[in-house]
Amino acid sequence: MTNQDYSGGRRSAGDIEILWRIVRLALRHRRRVSVAVVATLFAVGLQLMVPRLLGDAIDGALLTLDDAALDVAAARDTLWITAALLLAVSVARGAFTLAHNYAGETIGHFVGYQLRLDFYAKLQELNFTFHDRVHTGDLVTRGLLDIEGVRMFFNMGVLRSLLLIVLVVVGASLMLSTDLVLGLLSLSFVPFVAWQSATVRLRLRGLWLRLQETLGVLGRIMDENLSGIRVVRAFGAERHEMGKYDETALEALGVSRQRIAARSSATSLMTLAFFISMGLVLWIGGLRVLSGDMTVGTLTEFLTFMTILQQPIRQIGMVVNSFARASTCGGRLFSVLDITPEIADAPDAKPLDIGEGVVRFEDVTFAYDEGSAPVLDHVSFEVRRGKTLGIVGPPGSGKSTIAQLLPRHYEAISGQITIDGQDIRDVTAESLREAVCVVAQDPYLFTSSIENNIAYGDPWADEPEIRDAAGAAQIGSFIDTLPEAYETLVGERGVSLSGGQKQRVAIARAALLEPAILVLDDSTAAIDAGTERRIQQALQSRATDRATIIVSHRLSALKHADEILFIEAGRIVERGTHVSLLAENGKYAALYRLQTSGAEEPSAVPEVAE
Amino acid sequence: MTALDNGSRKLRAVVGSQISRDEEMFGAAFDRQVVRRFMGYVKPYRGAIAVAIAAVLTFTASQLAIPLVIRWAIDDALLSDAKGVSLLTVTVIAYFAIVLTNYAANWLQDWLVGWTGERVIFALRRAMFEHLQKVALTFMDRTEVGRMMSRLQGDVNSLQEFLDNSITAIGDLVLLVGIVVIMLALNLELGILTLAIVPTLFLVRIVWLPRARRAFRHARETNSIVSGALAEGIRAVRTVQAMRREGVNRDLFQIKAHDNLRAHLRSAKFGQTMVPIVDSLTGVALAVVIVLGGGLVLRDALDIGVIVAFVFYVQRFFDPIRSLTMQYSVMQRAMASGQRIFEVLDVPLAITDRPDAAAPDDIQGSVEFRDVTFGYERNRAVLHDVSFRVAPGETVALVGPTGSGKTSITALLHHFYEVWDGAILIDDIDVRDYSKDALARHVSMVLQDPFLFTGTILENIRYNKTDATRKDVENAARVVGAHDFIMRLPQGYDTMLTEMGRNLSLGQRQLLSFARALVANTRILILDEATANIDSYTERQIQHALAKLLEGRTGIVIAHRLATIRGADRIIVLRDGRIVETGPHDALMAQNGLYASLYALNYASFDDMPENLAKQAADNSGAT
Repeated sequence: MTNQDYSGGRRSAGDIEILWRIVRLALRHRRRVSVAVVATLFAVGLQLMVPRLLGDAIDGALLTLDDAALDVAAARDTLWITAALLLAVSVARGAFTLAHNYAGETIGHFVGYQLRLDFYAKLQELNFTFHDRVHTGDLVTRGLLDIEGVRMFFNMGVLRSLLLIVLVVVGASLMLSTDLVLGLLSLSFVPFVAWQSATVRLRLRGLWLRLQETLGVLGRIMDENLSGIRVVRAFGAERHEMGKYDETALEALGVSRQRIAARSSATSLMTLAFFISMGLVLWIGGLRVLSGDMTVGTLTEFLTFMTILQQPIRQIGMVVNSFARASTCGGRLFSVLDITPEIADAPDAKPLDIGEGVVRFEDVTFAYDEGSAPVLDHVSFEVRRGKTLGIVGPPGSGKSTIAQLLPRHYEAISGQITIDGQDIRDVTAESLREAVCVVAQDPYLFTSSIENNIAYGDPWADEPEIRDAAGAAQIGSFIDTLPEAYETLVGERGVSLSGGQKQRVAIARAALLEPAILVLDDSTAAIDAGTERRIQQALQSRATDRATIIVSHRLSALKHADEILFIEAGRIVERGTHVSLLAENGKYAALYRLQTSGAEEPSAVPEVAE
Repeated sequence: MTALDNGSRKLRAVVGSQISRDEEMFGAAFDRQVVRRFMGYVKPYRGAIAVAIAAVLTFTASQLAIPLVIRWAIDDALLSDAKGVSLLTVTVIAYFAIVLTNYAANWLQDWLVGWTGERVIFALRRAMFEHLQKVALTFMDRTEVGRMMSRLQGDVNSLQEFLDNSITAIGDLVLLVGIVVIMLALNLELGILTLAIVPTLFLVRIVWLPRARRAFRHARETNSIVSGALAEGIRAVRTVQAMRREGVNRDLFQIKAHDNLRAHLRSAKFGQTMVPIVDSLTGVALAVVIVLGGGLVLRDALDIGVIVAFVFYVQRFFDPIRSLTMQYSVMQRAMASGQRIFEVLDVPLAITDRPDAAAPDDIQGSVEFRDVTFGYERNRAVLHDVSFRVAPGETVALVGPTGSGKTSITALLHHFYEVWDGAILIDDIDVRDYSKDALARHVSMVLQDPFLFTGTILENIRYNKTDATRKDVENAARVVGAHDFIMRLPQGYDTMLTEMGRNLSLGQRQLLSFARALVANTRILILDEATANIDSYTERQIQHALAKLLEGRTGIVIAHRLATIRGADRIIVLRDGRIVETGPHDALMAQNGLYASLYALNYASFDDMPENLAKQAADNSGAT
């Protein structure tokens, strides 16, 4: 799960390349980046002053105590100055930290915003072949998580690394130059904690992903159980279901246990390492103070320096995690953003010019995957303005493929599709899809008002146009009975429509656009025969200058067509009018008898091929 | 955003759903009922909790002690008259002893709090899920699956957060009090003045927190709106491209994404303002320590080590204050979640078996409805005095317009609900007197919408009859005619069905659910025929399978298709919860009543029939 990408294994970029690309995205926000970097440097610098100031204050107070010759008043002044400095440093450090955190975080938000727009636009643009291959839910959740991983990288990875490096390097040189041995001791916890933090963090990330996956399975088990509760009850399968639940729950609990164990041992070990170093500083430093080689103030300086260093060092894990996450997330995300749609306008594409309105399939062959059996095998036909073509055939025979090829959602392997002599590969997709409108069998209804749904293809349509289209699709009178008529919310969380009603909304959508070529891809399957007939009449009366293609398994939908193709295994096996096909007494005639009388004639009807 | 601007015409377009999913509600931070019941789940782990609390307290004590030891080292071992290496060694040894205690306690508290919380929460979730297996179906009918899932996941998680935080909150509270006490004990004057920042910190937090929380919540809401729009864009991509809405959608999405960006910039402001305030207040405290403490040292009224200890304590102020102020909203959330969880656990259980419930090994398979009256809501009966008898081996088709009570009859036979009046008998024994297991063993059900589980085809056909062999499963699939298409799948019977079998066609799913019923091999079969349109080829296969399935069983079929109806031994015509006609096809046709007029309309399925036509037919038959 963690390493898959969406491009079908096209990912080639190395990790460095991916990270650098993310950095470049952040660098576009030049002003914010400069603020962040400068503020980081100042914040760290100021923070490193605090231990020294505290040390000086202590020494100042002590020296006066030890040496009576020194002026108490002067010492008090020094204290005031140190305190004022300390206050100023604290306030300034706070302000700079604010600046660098705010700039860093907002760079992430700007990058995330841009990526979201790009991701959305890209997904809208990618061909059906891509969407066929990729699981929808996966694309949404992974896509969003990937954007998170990428957008946080500059702040959590790059800026924080900068902070750490400056803090450790400058701090170390300060400490080491003050006292080499004590400096080394006060830094001694750094390598261990850094290593521990980094490795444990990566391990925790792995465990977290596994836990999420297992909890996802558990959620699915519960969801399916509750959705299918009638099956569960009918089969008396409650115990069986609890068994399924327990098995996965136990696994999740096991992963969780490992995670908690790894976390507890790591956090406590890191704290221990820190305190041991501090103890050593206290001990060796104390010996030096006793031997007079060091002041108490300097010892305090070392001790407070260590407290400053502790938190950032423990965060090394987060930084490492951010690098790991950004490279996998970035790799996956960019693999999507970098895909060029296989089907795009040719450089010299012209808008489609419709005159006669003749659609021709010439020897068209198509397969969904290279090398697999063709779904359409040398199919040729023609349909022109004012005429209707019917296509019928068993499931999986390739009927719907024809409907998808015409607006160029897929590309034929060989042969060509032309409209008025213009190859559809030579015209702009925009103009092609404006001319060709396909109504699918299983239409998508948006969670929005019913009028927004009907006006989907032309959001600026006015009310009479929408009502007109709804009327033609025989859904108008139903809409009028809804509580808020055309403004009624439909879709996922609105009024739920039956399959037939959804199909009629989809037909209204198409009717509104009045396309030159209308393809009904089994789009009346859930509508009763009488209504279907009325829809067809309404569509016909509205446009005599339109070519219509009706794909259906119900013969009543297409028996009035000017020509009917019977397709089987991607090939046209029979063609003619309803009357001539019946006379031919072949497969069409057999299907017709099956549908009208319910009588079985096994000899003539092909077995189901799916 | 020129694409959206088209003169004065109204734009009828949105992307994504406009409703935010956030179910967060805020109420009391403490609900005695919720806490008391929650404690019931915590109780089995009270030993672990007690140890965890002890560990938290030990950990806190050791944290408080470390600056004191350092102070002791400085003042006594380094600066006092008794200073010397031996005293330093003693303090360092004491220091290491404390550090080791700190390590052990730290490990123990983190492990115990995390692990106990996890176990409590898994137990709670399991209790809920198990409860839902047994509650009355009327509750399940009323409640969306999504809502129950958010109880099982979201609400359970917020209780976990509460449990985790509560124990550490004890530590935080002790730490804060400890710091205050120690500072005051070390030096009253210096302590009071330094601690003056604590109320300020609290005050700032209290003013800041609600505003910040609003900003954070708004940012989260815009997140879910953007995600929703993105999800819709992906799911509907085929429609989008077919209707050329890419441009308009992109602009609309940009508006949403931009709102989201603004909300995040605002919440970032809130998120970061706390830092300089805390830093400045810490600076103030440090300055006070130095000026005042230093002054006291100069007057020889204070040991220098106390200043060092103060410096350490001052830097520890903020953490406990932050987590304590956050605890309030954690508790609010947890109480609201707890109420919702216990609401589910309070849903009454469905009928449980009687102690002397009948559990025969074999039955004849006769079914009788005796004057059954039933409804889902008070005063709204959906069945009125329904009586009929089905002989063993007979197939009866239930026919009638939508809402006539067909589904209720099948549900009652399986004892999913309690009848209001009358009785339902299987082999002349009341269904209420059978054990649930016995009913499941003798009555199987094929639902209208074939429900499949994620898993292999084999697992789906076998379902809970885990002792069925592969051979049994194959045989069943062969009988219903599913074997061939199964063998054509990449892994045959081991092919995984994803998303509840969406990778199969409806007809194929139907056949699998037939096979499942066949493996269950019950004397009585209830079948709700699919209304959805299936192509003629698959349809024929299903009819064939149906005939096989009903062979030698008592069958009650909610039939929609003429072919099925005509195949039944007897037809029961229902209307408005009453039986209006009953008899074989030919007899009913001769009777020329409701059935005959429905039949005359010649619809492939009775359910397809427009409402007004069905009504008309009913009225006609009433007139004759």
